Amino acid sequence: MQHTSTQDTLVGLFVAAGIAGLFFLSFQASNLSSFTQKDTYTVTARFDNSGGLKIKSPVSAAGVKIGQVSNISFDPKTYQSVVVMQIEAQYNTLPDDTTASVFTAGLLGEQYVSLEPGGSETFLKDHSAIDITQPAIILEKAIGQFLFKAAEEKK
Amino acid sequence: MIQFLQNLGKTTRASFTKLGRATFFLLQVLAGIFSVLLRPRLLLNQLYSVGVLSFLIITISGLFVGMVLGLQGYYILSDFGAEATLGVMVAASLVRELGPVVSALLFAGRAGSALTAEIGLMKATEQLSGMEMMAVDPIRRIISPRFLAGCLSMPLLTALFSAVGIVGGHLTGCGLLGVDEGAYWSQMQASIDFRDDIINGVIKSFVFGWATTWIALFEGYDAIPTSEGVSRATTRTVVNSAFSILGLDFILTALMFGDN
Repeated sequence: MQHTSTQDTLVGLFVAAGIAGLFFLSFQASNLSSFTQKDTYTVTARFDNSGGLKIKSPVSAAGVKIGQVSNISFDPKTYQSVVVMQIEAQYNTLPDDTTASVFTAGLLGEQYVSLEPGGSETFLKDHSAIDITQPAIILEKAIGQFLFKAAEEKK
Repeated sequence: MIQFLQNLGKTTRASFTKLGRATFFLLQVLAGIFSVLLRPRLLLNQLYSVGVLSFLIITISGLFVGMVLGLQGYYILSDFGAEATLGVMVAASLVRELGPVVSALLFAGRAGSALTAEIGLMKATEQLSGMEMMAVDPIRRIISPRFLAGCLSMPLLTALFSAVGIVGGHLTGCGLLGVDEGAYWSQMQASIDFRDDIINGVIKSFVFGWATTWIALFEGYDAIPTSEGVSRATTRTVVNSAFSILGLDFILTALMFGDN
């Protein structure tokens, strides 16, 4: 066959384009690029209510994502939810009186843990716990309270 | 009445016989794959006619499907003020469903029908029996390379379809309608999971490629060796491939995306 070498080139181009498409999907369109295993340390926080927080929910400080939730469990003794977070090792200067709160991104967005640094000079270490926490605001509860209050005032 | 029952039994039995023959055929083809690996030139030629020649229709359709998704998605999402999630919508629907399914349907129309017609004509002109006379196994020489080429091309074509579609959605969404470009990509990256979405899409496309090529090759090999028989076999290839792609898609989606 005379045209074999052009055919080879075209097949090569086709396979290369297909693999390039896969790479594009993996790195540009999916979370693979943020998968790179960074060094992390573990911090736990106890919330009265962790709302719709899920494993892999972001943990952010000042609006920047610095880690993610790795486990959520219920403590049957204190009736609190225990949230375990992995925080990137480069952010190792969080004071130990940091406040953790569960917030919602936008009105209907996903929930995340927000860390607000305090003023202490000792820092959070691996496996330390955050003591000051603020539970998630449950929208139904807030609306219920509001309506209840409005009804009280009318009387 | 008796006549009706007789006919019913006959057709049922005939379809089971055909399924049995198809399974036996598939086993023979799979056994022949080893010898293909020893002669990669055969595979290369088939990759050209199955894969490269389907390249254009797949990329152009992908581009337009992505562009339409961008438009429609924008119109719907902007009612809720959620244009920023356009990227998620385009990418999720392409990677999970439209990419594998539409490219498999196009593949069945473009490459599957060609395979059936080619092999059916080889049978009608007695080339296959001629090969057997020369002690060349037509399954190993003709069928297995085509089967392998179909199974390998489909995932690549699907990846291209989805990638081009996402770019197409970007063209209409960000280019024409003014969706924020950063939101398009970053929301997409936040929501599309590599394992759950992309790998599952690749698995789907591999299964579709396997089913389509199997059907196309078997229909060609099993065709009645007349011009009418070949034309009927080609029609059956496209119809049966479309059914099995959509049916398999339902099963695979239920299995893959069911638990979350």
